[in-house]
Amino acid sequence: MLAYIVRRLLYAIPILIGVNLLTFALFFMVNSPDQMAQAQLGDKHMDPQAIEAWKAQRGYDKPLFINDAEDSDGLLTDTIFFDKSVRLFVLDFGKSDEGRSIAEDIQQRMWPSLAVALPTFVIGLAVNIVFALFVVMFRASLFDTAAMVACVVLMSISGVFYVFAGQFFFARMWNLVPISGYLGGMDAIRFLILPVIIGVIGGIGSGTRLYRTLFLEEANKDYVRTARAKGVPELTVLFRHILPNGLIPILTSVVVVIPSLFMGSLLVESFFGIPGLGSYTLDAIQAQDFAVVRSMVFLGSILYIVGLILTDISYTLVDPRVRLS
Amino acid sequence: MKSAQIIYKAMACIGVSLLLQGCSDDSLSRAINSPHPAGEDSQQVVYYSSFSQRPKHLDPARSYSADEGRFIDQIYEPPLQYHYLKRPYELIPSTLTEMPVITYTDADGNPVAENDPALAFSTYTLTIKPGIRYQPHPAFAQNDQQQPRYRFADATASAGYRSLADFTETGSRELVAEDYVYQLKRIADPANLSPIRGVLAEYIVGMDEFAETVSEARKQQQESDPRYQQTGWLDLQPFDFAGVQVLGKYQYSIRLKGKYPQFKYWLGMRFLAPVPRLVDEFYHQPGMADRNIVLDWHPVGTGPFMMTQNDPNEAIILQRNPNYHDDRYPSEGEPGDAEHGLLADAGKRLPLIDKAVYRLEKESIPLWTKFLQGYYDRSGIGSDSFDQAVSVSSTGVDLSPELKEMGISLSVEVVPATYYFGFNMLDPVVGGQSLPEAGQPADPEAQEQARERARKLRQAIAIAYSEEDRISIFLNGRGETAQSPIPPGIFGYQQGPEGINPYVFDWDPTIRKEGSDSVGAPVRKPIDVARKLLAEAGYPDGRDAKTGEPLVLNLDTPTGGGAASAQQVWLIKQFKKLGIQLNIRGSDYNRFKDKMRSGNAQLFQWGWSADYPDAENFLFLLYSKNGQVITGGSGVNASNFSNAEYDRLFEQMKLMPDSPERLALIRQMLEIYHHEVPWASGLHLHSYVLDNPWVRNTKPHGISTATLKYMGIDSRMRESLRKERNQPVWSPLWNVGLVVLVLMIPGYQAYRRRQNQRVLVSPTAKGGHN
Repeated sequence: MLAYIVRRLLYAIPILIGVNLLTFALFFMVNSPDQMAQAQLGDKHMDPQAIEAWKAQRGYDKPLFINDAEDSDGLLTDTIFFDKSVRLFVLDFGKSDEGRSIAEDIQQRMWPSLAVALPTFVIGLAVNIVFALFVVMFRASLFDTAAMVACVVLMSISGVFYVFAGQFFFARMWNLVPISGYLGGMDAIRFLILPVIIGVIGGIGSGTRLYRTLFLEEANKDYVRTARAKGVPELTVLFRHILPNGLIPILTSVVVVIPSLFMGSLLVESFFGIPGLGSYTLDAIQAQDFAVVRSMVFLGSILYIVGLILTDISYTLVDPRVRLS
Repeated sequence: MKSAQIIYKAMACIGVSLLLQGCSDDSLSRAINSPHPAGEDSQQVVYYSSFSQRPKHLDPARSYSADEGRFIDQIYEPPLQYHYLKRPYELIPSTLTEMPVITYTDADGNPVAENDPALAFSTYTLTIKPGIRYQPHPAFAQNDQQQPRYRFADATASAGYRSLADFTETGSRELVAEDYVYQLKRIADPANLSPIRGVLAEYIVGMDEFAETVSEARKQQQESDPRYQQTGWLDLQPFDFAGVQVLGKYQYSIRLKGKYPQFKYWLGMRFLAPVPRLVDEFYHQPGMADRNIVLDWHPVGTGPFMMTQNDPNEAIILQRNPNYHDDRYPSEGEPGDAEHGLLADAGKRLPLIDKAVYRLEKESIPLWTKFLQGYYDRSGIGSDSFDQAVSVSSTGVDLSPELKEMGISLSVEVVPATYYFGFNMLDPVVGGQSLPEAGQPADPEAQEQARERARKLRQAIAIAYSEEDRISIFLNGRGETAQSPIPPGIFGYQQGPEGINPYVFDWDPTIRKEGSDSVGAPVRKPIDVARKLLAEAGYPDGRDAKTGEPLVLNLDTPTGGGAASAQQVWLIKQFKKLGIQLNIRGSDYNRFKDKMRSGNAQLFQWGWSADYPDAENFLFLLYSKNGQVITGGSGVNASNFSNAEYDRLFEQMKLMPDSPERLALIRQMLEIYHHEVPWASGLHLHSYVLDNPWVRNTKPHGISTATLKYMGIDSRMRESLRKERNQPVWSPLWNVGLVVLVLMIPGYQAYRRRQNQRVLVSPTAKGGHN
């Protein structure tokens, strides 16, 4: 298995170079270093000397890909692309275009992101599974039909609506939770209740439908029929027989997103004022801060690759028939 | 099985502890929807506000935006400040003993009179008050040998200090003239990227030379000094700056080229606040920047407040500076201030509050809700909540009954800024200022004809473009049509029939202005006048008289769809009144800026907010030497307007103090502006701010943001009203729980039925029960 993991990690390197190249090309097609400097320095009393100094301080005064002024050694290495990309592979994110340490910012902001994403993920998964199992228990009944209609309705409603409705009722009308914001420590709990509830409700429709399909497939198998024939109670059939076997395909969709939880949610963090990595990325895009955008895209790619590898490994753990080679 | 039980027990323990946390004494003492930590305002007077964008720069050499000013203007003290209550805006000493003493000399250094043509230099001598001390800060902490306590040889030595709070020892020291001089050197140093370096270098003697010397020194250090490569620290003190001199412990001078009366306003801005060399050195130590421990993030000043928390992910907190010098609330203001209670705190020591907490608030709805709940003391009015907050009637603008009942008050202020719809005067169709093709001789007559055609076209558009409708439809009436670049409140602004643009408006003396006793208002000229002008310009009914082709004009804009598209449809209709086709060319902001810089835009929308309250700061928007194209994009004259007479008058006017003579020159300049119509229209925005009833002394100040020290808060009233406004409503939750329980009963019954169901298998049945 170790050889497999090493091989997968080596495969990741060209993927990451490609992602980085693509991000770099796209960003510089929209922004020149001069424009980035102007955006950071502001329009009022723009000083050409300040623009040059800003570029020099951040290494944007070099050519993008090829430095004709250099000999063979510096032809490719003394360029913006090389400067900004190679360091990423040792997780040296450098400084944002505002001049702040990106690594420090990521360290600070990943905790609020996790504080929202982790409970939403865990509770959402549990709720969806339990709800899907109950729907399976009453399959082909009026309850099943009603539940599926409800799921479709829940899926059809925009996430922003849940946010507004939740904020309006829970925070504004009933004064039960703060409408938005974030505080560190245990105070964070009060601010997380509403976003987590909304995150869970928002995911019920699609989650339940998917898991119901998977569980129904299991429910029609011979070993389940045998258990029932032996007189095993329905709840035991569901939770002891169907659930463990139904979890295998669920793993594929679940494990891959676990590492990405660090990256936060753009929507929830933005509307609830939670200072996580999702809002960090959004702010950077709005401020045209290429250094931050590039770092976050790179980090997201790494986490996705790690997620895929973890998925493969988890297969071997839950299904002894699968072997990595 | 045993491990499962352990997990269940652990989870139960966590749940109980969380519940206990939620029901702790602190928590019970406040409403459960409070966004603030418990006990934050129990022992001190706290002002609660919010910010939507984290401040980019808190270094006084770099910070320029008002969003940043609301924080650092409370921390840093420039030599001058604005009187809080008096209008028109008045500069008074801040850290100075008196207003700067200005002397004038000729090229040889001999004293000359203010209006002497031989005047070559102006020297400002500034004397600061003794005894002013800096806030407590680790940069001033000393060891037993009276040396700086925190000095690190390398990044490893400083590695234990992750944030400024890790520096447990602090110190302070007296403000001296050298600190002001050091800050001027920082501004002059191109490495500090000060946005005003270019402007001040035009006036302060030796600034460019200083910049060159320092830049050269930095280059050398970069090549030879490993510590410099790591920290970027260069001691600016030894470098000579010819125009800025320390005259004594409390006195320094600034020497300007020629005469620049507006320089006094720069002395009232944060850029010229003091920064000690000691502080600069403290922040330039190995490893500090990697942990964001920099001056740009952690300001150090002598002002009424100090920044004790700068976590823009959560909150920015300003705490009263314990070393703040004796400063008193003003005892005089303008007429009406006493009646509005603005002199009730006269003579009291400032600041009136202990702490200001600004929380991150990106969305307008939560911000508005928290204001209504009493968790923020003040709020602007977003377009989402405008109808809920304000009612516009025939008597003017008034608060809604709901807000009045809550004791909330409204203050309206005209923002000292001008937003305009401009023409690019270099465009051959709308400007006519463009130069002849290279190699071709200029034909003055043809050029004059082209200019005249373009001028009439501009006038026609100016009449058709109804700024009043735009303000009413898109800005909820929060603004007024600009008759000139100068906004109300600035010397040179003219009300009444004399102030209107006579080429676009007529004065109707019979109209009574809403909410005012004054009679008469400007009325836009009939559209037929515009059509006639358009025909004279060679475009009858919006078609080229020679070719018959429709006239198509292009508006370049950095905005895209959404709310902007509604405005764009409205804009197209304005031009349609004349039969002109308006083509809107949307692009991203960078492309838009490129077009403006290269003179390729035709029509555009732009704006300018005042640096200081002087007509020069607005009339220079049309000074030819400030043209965007000729300055490569750094100029403020976005229209590239060029008029020799206007330039001559501007150069004369800018050197004069406010006087009837200056006013006469301004009138002449405005007459040129009205006649030439470089802008189709303009507007001055109104700012609406709401105050909760426990807030006092919130008189709007259009120029200065250093007003926090005057604000007062009645904490008891706030506490009481907050409780009243935030009673939790639990019944919906109980109702939901009840409904769930009721729904579970038939579910349970169905489950039981299914469990107890007898399965009868007939001999003919092929399948089993699922």
